[in-house]
Amino acid sequence: MAENKKELAVAALRDGTVIDHIPSDALFKAVDLLGIADLGVSITIGNNLKSSRLGKKGIIKVADTEFSPETLSRIAIIAPTAIINTIRNYEVVDKRPVVLPDVITGLVCCDNPKCVSRNEPIPSRFEVIDRENVTLRCHYCEHELRGDNIVLK
Amino acid sequence: MMTTKPSTRSIVSIADLSKEEILDLIELASWFEKHPDSKILDGKVVATLFFEPSTRTRLSFETAVNRLGGRIIGFSDPAATSTSKGETLKDTIKMVANYVDLIVMRHYLEGAARYASEITDVPVINAGDGAHQHPSQTMLDLYSIHKTQGRLDDITVTMVGDLKYGRTVHSLLMALSHFRARFRFVACDELRMPEEFRTFCDRNNIEYVESKDFSPEVIAETDILYMTRVQRERFTDLMEYERVKDLYNLDAQMLGVAKSSMKVLHPLPRVNEIAQDVDDDPRAYYFQQAKNGLYARQAMICTALGIDPRK
Repeated sequence: MAENKKELAVAALRDGTVIDHIPSDALFKAVDLLGIADLGVSITIGNNLKSSRLGKKGIIKVADTEFSPETLSRIAIIAPTAIINTIRNYEVVDKRPVVLPDVITGLVCCDNPKCVSRNEPIPSRFEVIDRENVTLRCHYCEHELRGDNIVLK
Repeated sequence: MMTTKPSTRSIVSIADLSKEEILDLIELASWFEKHPDSKILDGKVVATLFFEPSTRTRLSFETAVNRLGGRIIGFSDPAATSTSKGETLKDTIKMVANYVDLIVMRHYLEGAARYASEITDVPVINAGDGAHQHPSQTMLDLYSIHKTQGRLDDITVTMVGDLKYGRTVHSLLMALSHFRARFRFVACDELRMPEEFRTFCDRNNIEYVESKDFSPEVIAETDILYMTRVQRERFTDLMEYERVKDLYNLDAQMLGVAKSSMKVLHPLPRVNEIAQDVDDDPRAYYFQQAKNGLYARQAMICTALGIDPRK
């Protein structure tokens, strides 16, 4: 029965994208990252929903919109557990976990105040060195970032 | 007539160099020790851009170029350059790159040399970027170890003093990971080898033992005793500094148990951590070590320019 309800909730979109299994504390960061605040389409955002995997989770449903692979891979930085569902004509036509890109450019701020990327007009650049634990290494100063130290610009 | 352009390369981090490249640089440094005045840089112009003062490193690089017959432009005080007018590093590098064959740079920002190497086709040698990397220091350390021990494999290196902030010990540790070295880390809790590097050792099956005690047993089993200065400016609590600053000082009497082939290295400048009476012991090697910097830098300059004088 619970399964049916979930399917119904997803199927309520005719076309669009559902991003599910977002850790609750990352939901609003994900909203920012998707840049959906200015979209005129219907958007449903839920947070602190029960989840057997995460305890609590967030979900974002955006009608009539599909996001670029680059945008979705950025979600992986803050929500590595997220699942992307693509909906077309009420059907889930694609369902896949987010994937961290090998290199993240211009999105994360290096936590080292003496890093050249924070003092010169250049985009930050990080190599992903551990996908499982989301660990990034600054291309310039080689500082490693993980967890709360990963601050989005 | 077609001429082949030599393949140039930047040297930004010791981690950019493979084991083979490190060994080749050592062999080349050894060649330069025998031929320090080869005029192989005739017609070349090298920029030494010191955005942060460092007399020792600058003089060593400039001597290396001069002895090879190259010419030098540059600055040792950024206050006298456009940087003080707010010019970006990018613009300074782009401008200088128009004039020279090689850029040697020191900068207070970490990653500055990597960035510079990516915005110009002119090769860049990192002469120190903040607390990050200083590959020519590591190369001269490796050359000194190789020269005195006859090998880099299978040696016991004891690092003493400030293992937390000392970038030279971190870079040397990384470079020696190619060569089955064993390490002894002698430091107090406050200046202990950071977890990042202990994990690096664990991951690479590098043997290490940590000790707070600078004991005769440790000295006796050591091939290379790498001393470092405890830097006052690293401490927020000066009481703490006063407590630890003299814990790891070396004097001549302590060398009684050391192997005759053992050598004492120090990146210099030293303060009290090596007593003056050690200077007269044949195992004191830090002044020759600094001299080796000339040959190591000549080797790096030629490698960066794609010139091999042995051919």
